[in-house]
Amino acid sequence: MNLSKRKLRLRIVQYVCFAVVAVGILAPVVWMILTSVMYPKDLTSLPLKLIPTQVTFSRYAELFNDTNIDDAVYVFKGALLNSVVIATFVTLLSLVVGSLAAYGFARLKFHFKNGLMMLTLFTYMIPPVAMVIPMYLIFSQFGLLDKKSGLIVLYLSFILPFIIWVMQGFFGSISKSFEEAAEIDGASRLQTLIYIFMPIARPGAIATGILAFLMSWDEFFYSLVFTSSLNAKTMPVAIAEFNGKFTIDYGMISVAGVIASLIPVLITLFFQKYIVMGMTSGGVKE
Amino acid sequence: MKKRKSEERFAYSVVSPALIIVFFVVIAPMVITLMYTFVNMDSTSTRTGQFMGLHYYISALSSAQFWADFGRTMYYTVLSTAAETIVGLLIALLLDQDFKGVKFLRAITIIPWAIPTVVNGSLWKLIFNGQYGVLNAILLRLHLISSYQSWLGDPGSAMNAIVIADAWKMTPLAVIFFLAALQGFNRATYEAAMVDGAGVFRRFWVLTLPYLKPTILIVVVMRTVEKFKAFDLFYIMTRGGPADGTKTLMYDAYLKAFTNLNYSQAATYAYLIAIIVVMLTVAYMKIMRKGSDELE
Repeated sequence: MNLSKRKLRLRIVQYVCFAVVAVGILAPVVWMILTSVMYPKDLTSLPLKLIPTQVTFSRYAELFNDTNIDDAVYVFKGALLNSVVIATFVTLLSLVVGSLAAYGFARLKFHFKNGLMMLTLFTYMIPPVAMVIPMYLIFSQFGLLDKKSGLIVLYLSFILPFIIWVMQGFFGSISKSFEEAAEIDGASRLQTLIYIFMPIARPGAIATGILAFLMSWDEFFYSLVFTSSLNAKTMPVAIAEFNGKFTIDYGMISVAGVIASLIPVLITLFFQKYIVMGMTSGGVKE
Repeated sequence: MKKRKSEERFAYSVVSPALIIVFFVVIAPMVITLMYTFVNMDSTSTRTGQFMGLHYYISALSSAQFWADFGRTMYYTVLSTAAETIVGLLIALLLDQDFKGVKFLRAITIIPWAIPTVVNGSLWKLIFNGQYGVLNAILLRLHLISSYQSWLGDPGSAMNAIVIADAWKMTPLAVIFFLAALQGFNRATYEAAMVDGAGVFRRFWVLTLPYLKPTILIVVVMRTVEKFKAFDLFYIMTRGGPADGTKTLMYDAYLKAFTNLNYSQAATYAYLIAIIVVMLTVAYMKIMRKGSDELE
């Protein structure tokens, strides 16, 4: 077989695969977007029209204009705001607290270091349902139920081990000569961490920070158990409540889905390089 | 000596904020829950507070319900992990090639992973809907079904529907891992094999697959742990139904804790899940290590 013919055949195979993968990835997303702008009569038509003849943005308008606190739509808006606040605080706090701990685990010697690290990682194996009942009792003692601060603490508890694990990998790979040079120059340990280590590990911090944000944005179980009102209820719980209603409004669920996905999808597309780095360095360091 | 001491003091001061949070929020409740598995904490019982020894473990392990849950959990875990690993590997092999448009495909591949789990569940619930669902409309038009099916209304197909929803969202994660590994792969060896006349499949089997083995292990272990803890999709799509068809160990533990208020039974289930996860992780590592020893 001559080479160009073989190349042509390869190209055809590649583009057929390309089409299959692209459709597989995009079709469900496109369908969600379409559902969010289709008229109810089109959504329930039989046979279903796959391409609507007319579209409406009235649901999006309703979402922005709704001021009735009893509406699921209004609850969704409030919950979305809570999600933004909680995810932002979790990201910032986990980066500060997690980087400090990661530095300690990666660069310093102390008793029980390995034991503490293993224990921190072991918490990942236990399903949250195992901890939730005593947690609930402890949180009610401290008045943290149905509070944003309560959820922030809960999210830190599973995001911190992840940040520590990834960041200690980054800190561990930095050459010892940086530390020695800083020490000779008379820098304190904290200064060494802030001025020498953090700038070098910055890509790692960005990567883990983004993942921390996405993890708290996505979290559902703790929010379901620990929140009961718009004080702290987050977006995933609000969307679950949409589903629970006996008359399911798929159009409105899709609007909520599109809006709730917008932030994480944009972040992911924009910071793809960092996310890939953060995820793979977390796993590969086994 | 003095330097050592001050280093240790500094070390404790930097690690303690994180450790305090993890201890109070996770480890203390974890230990309390472990106690629940030995003491009667079932609020519906008249013997609350009584020490029960291994009673809850024995009764769980000897109940048909537990093993039915276990079977469904394994079905879900094996099927979705296999789908994600195999499809993920195939997509990564495609994305590792050089052709026009591959950058675009790489960028969009990550989108399903970024969609929140709860949104993903709602989205697939909509697609699988028995009355107005788009899947029914497409399959009917292609004459693959003769009438609308209630995909989430049948115990068997409901579990498969969850597997599809889960695999759609999580395959990109596998792709990312495999692609990162493939990009570190030494192309010279591959090209040498090509010159030697080894075919595509042989090259994949002899060179690429052994090279990817550690990455496959990571993906499989990571995903298995997550599957055993999976809750969100089940809550959104089926709530364990219909007819217990999608009731996994995790979902049953949730029902025991929050619907039946049987805290001890729920706690025991949770610890059994953790034990199974640890055992599976160790088993995977043994299998993979044995495999790589044979290679050398």
